[in-house]
Amino acid sequence: MVSVRSISSTPSSLTHNDLPWVIEHNEERCTLCGRCASVCPVGTLKLAYMRKRMPRLVLASSERGSSYKTFVGIRQNTEVGKRCIGCGSCAMVCPNEAIHPVHNANDRFRFQNTQHGEPAKRGGRRNVPGASLLDRIIFDRISMLTDPALDAGRHEFSCNTLLGRVLPPEEYVRRKLAGEWIPPVREIFPFIIGSMSFGALSPNMWLGLLQGVAYCNEVLGIPVVMATGEGGCPPWVLKSPFLKYIILQIASGYFGWDEIIRAIPEMQCDPAAIEIKYGQGAKPGDGGLLMWYKVSKLIARLRGVPEGVDLPSPPVHQTLYSIEESVMKMIQTMSMAWNFRVPVYPKISGSTSAKSVLNNLVRNPYASALLIDGIDGGTGAAYNISMDATGHPIASNVRECYLDLCAQGKQNEIPIFAAGGIGKNGNVTQNGMALIMLGASGVHMGKYIMQAAAGCLGSEQNRCNVCNLGLCPKGITSQNPKLYRRLDPDQVAQRVADTFMAIRTEIKKVMAPLGRSQSLPIGMSDALGIEDRDVAERLNIRYIC
Amino acid sequence: MCRLAMKTASEPFSPFSVLQAMEAMQEGYDGSGLGLLLRGLSFADYNHNPGDPILSGIAHTEEALGRLDLFMNSQGFELKFDFEFKVKKAMIEAKDRHKYILRVYRQPAAWKDFSQERIEHELLMTRLALRKDGEAHGNDLTAFSLWPEVAMIKEVGWPLEIGIALGLDSGRIESRICMAQGRQNTNYGINLYACHPFFIQGIATMTNGENTAFTPIRDWLSGRAFPGYIGYQSDSEVFAHILHYVTRQLRLPLEAYKHVITPLKNEELARHPQGDFLRGLRDACRRLIIDGPNAVIGTLSDETSLLVMDAKKLRPATVGGKPGEWAIASEMCGVDAMIPDRDRAKDFQPMREHTVIIPPDRQELQIWSQFDRFPVPQAA
Repeated sequence: MVSVRSISSTPSSLTHNDLPWVIEHNEERCTLCGRCASVCPVGTLKLAYMRKRMPRLVLASSERGSSYKTFVGIRQNTEVGKRCIGCGSCAMVCPNEAIHPVHNANDRFRFQNTQHGEPAKRGGRRNVPGASLLDRIIFDRISMLTDPALDAGRHEFSCNTLLGRVLPPEEYVRRKLAGEWIPPVREIFPFIIGSMSFGALSPNMWLGLLQGVAYCNEVLGIPVVMATGEGGCPPWVLKSPFLKYIILQIASGYFGWDEIIRAIPEMQCDPAAIEIKYGQGAKPGDGGLLMWYKVSKLIARLRGVPEGVDLPSPPVHQTLYSIEESVMKMIQTMSMAWNFRVPVYPKISGSTSAKSVLNNLVRNPYASALLIDGIDGGTGAAYNISMDATGHPIASNVRECYLDLCAQGKQNEIPIFAAGGIGKNGNVTQNGMALIMLGASGVHMGKYIMQAAAGCLGSEQNRCNVCNLGLCPKGITSQNPKLYRRLDPDQVAQRVADTFMAIRTEIKKVMAPLGRSQSLPIGMSDALGIEDRDVAERLNIRYIC
Repeated sequence: MCRLAMKTASEPFSPFSVLQAMEAMQEGYDGSGLGLLLRGLSFADYNHNPGDPILSGIAHTEEALGRLDLFMNSQGFELKFDFEFKVKKAMIEAKDRHKYILRVYRQPAAWKDFSQERIEHELLMTRLALRKDGEAHGNDLTAFSLWPEVAMIKEVGWPLEIGIALGLDSGRIESRICMAQGRQNTNYGINLYACHPFFIQGIATMTNGENTAFTPIRDWLSGRAFPGYIGYQSDSEVFAHILHYVTRQLRLPLEAYKHVITPLKNEELARHPQGDFLRGLRDACRRLIIDGPNAVIGTLSDETSLLVMDAKKLRPATVGGKPGEWAIASEMCGVDAMIPDRDRAKDFQPMREHTVIIPPDRQELQIWSQFDRFPVPQAA
């Protein structure tokens, strides 16, 4: 046995088999074109000259016993900071299918991902693969002989939802006849593009989304709205007629709001709504975390900050000190900014305290909705522990809040919107409709839209998930022109339209057999079943087996 | 599917004639029960005061009847007339019917100075107290209605046979309105309260169809904190409660009912002269939007009758008749059986936008379209 010091071994030494993703390279098929190494966003691949001995049995003493062969091959970097992220960009560019990453469930990397005392940070969602709870809920109240089934292809369906404070009918009639103020209400598609900031997304991604949303509204007749995250909105959008499809978010860093407030006099239309972010499902207790890599010149200008600095927003709105004050001050202030014509609602992370927030909102006549973001929500940057272990699953949170509103008879007055893990495994309509029947008025989806409309590579096996570093191999979450030019906004817009057309058809395919077509089946819990007695009991739905 | 028959006439007629119309429509229904509501009563043996409340129900045991008497006495009700059904017990399927109750009371003296609204509230609370009492004692007491000029019967069995078993063919009781429905809720366990028509504070409806939006509507009505919004053993009960909510709580005219249960689409509201008001009404009453195939027949205290369809017109219903006498039925042959000597060319089958209203004078049929102006001057 050789001495320890003669081999390189440190506590953080890893072999390629210790990494979460291992590159499989087929030398036979490799043409040595080098595209894989040049496209790799983290520089894990390198083409290297390597030498191997070719032993040979030689009897004559005049010849050397072995010869050496030199070849060019792929080396996988085993440094913690340059490990393969499994994005598969190499496979995408390889002309001969000679290379691809393979997931390694037995990695040792996870124990070393704390170099320099920095806990693991990443983008993406909670890394819990497999069927989610929402995937397991099915729609089992099928109208057949008791009721002629509807035809999803031919009948008319009303699938829209309301965003805004809805008055109790008695109060509505009274105010309408007296000519008093009626709170603003928007009729929107129940699947909403959730808040992703202009700093987190690349300009091409943002443009593609907005183009797609405008197409859905103006050509397809699907009233889709999208939310900005923290960080404002490009001035040309603020002054455009497309603003009506946008929910502007204000968050604890107030980034971008100088631009927004200054643009108010020049706005051609009102925004769809204002979202006040108090919390986020992926990282409860944290504010936005835009890392310096992504603070480009444009982003710096929009946010009113110097270029290339980290922009961690505070965890809470620093000017506020209690929920009552928050509800009073912020909601009313934002309402007043648009002369009470725009719905204003808070977004919170899923929590056992969500009901307390809701009950405060019920008592505020200007609160327009509540958005609850569950633990499976995605983000562009967060600590791994926040993402994986902090928060509350969305289904029971929404259900509890809805039943609480029902007990007060106010379920039509404050719509609850749900987010966090919708479409995590691709079943976006199933997940969304399950939440709607549990009591949500609509759902927000961010990660799903990145996956469906722009081909985001992230997965819950920790594939890619480097949105925080600005290295997005697809150009979705990068501010580096070399990367984001990979993304064609027109193609993103096309995929946005494809996605919403498909969701609309699937909504009808769910509603038709339930015998519903006149209104979105919010709270139609009698149509839900799950083969898990405990979950059924918790959600107050039917246990089936 | 339920078969529905309703007749309204200026001159009182026997409910048995409506049961015969049910017989004409027998093809395709299971004949599992009868629900009957009579309004504008006249008894052969007693000339009642039109303002006196009339209690309808069933005492399933002698003890329940005793409790009923005690309770009504304690509340100050004075029994003025007890309509004794001549029951042929052998023909009744159920064996726990001690007494069918149809009694005229004098309202408590203490109510003398009460407003009409308060009296109507007290009548509701009295009926609910009786119902609760029955439920607390193993359902031995069933209270269908307590209201002036209204009688209700609900029983399990073939409708015509129930009519004969209860002696409804004797002519001892007649009414100006008769609503009949021929089915128990055989989709679920039979519960007499689940049988149409449904009644609340003078308002009654019966429905041919299935309300697939039942659960959200029930949840919303239950949250109103209005004591009468209970029960919901049938998905159709909410139709009666929505009609009650729209006309009595919101105090909107009858036409608003249609706008609440089947609101117009955005593009239709955009063209409607009162689209702005109606769109807000639709939003505010969003949880009351019905779904599924339904034809709703209703009657009000003032003897107005109405018929509305679901938004896709997925169920049939026909109205026909002549001045002074009108009939609505789920099948055309039902109308034929009730009023054979009418001009059939004037029969009307309402479409999705229509509300058919037969006013109390019964002189003509009003066909009101949802696209027409909404009759609330302030809302204009």
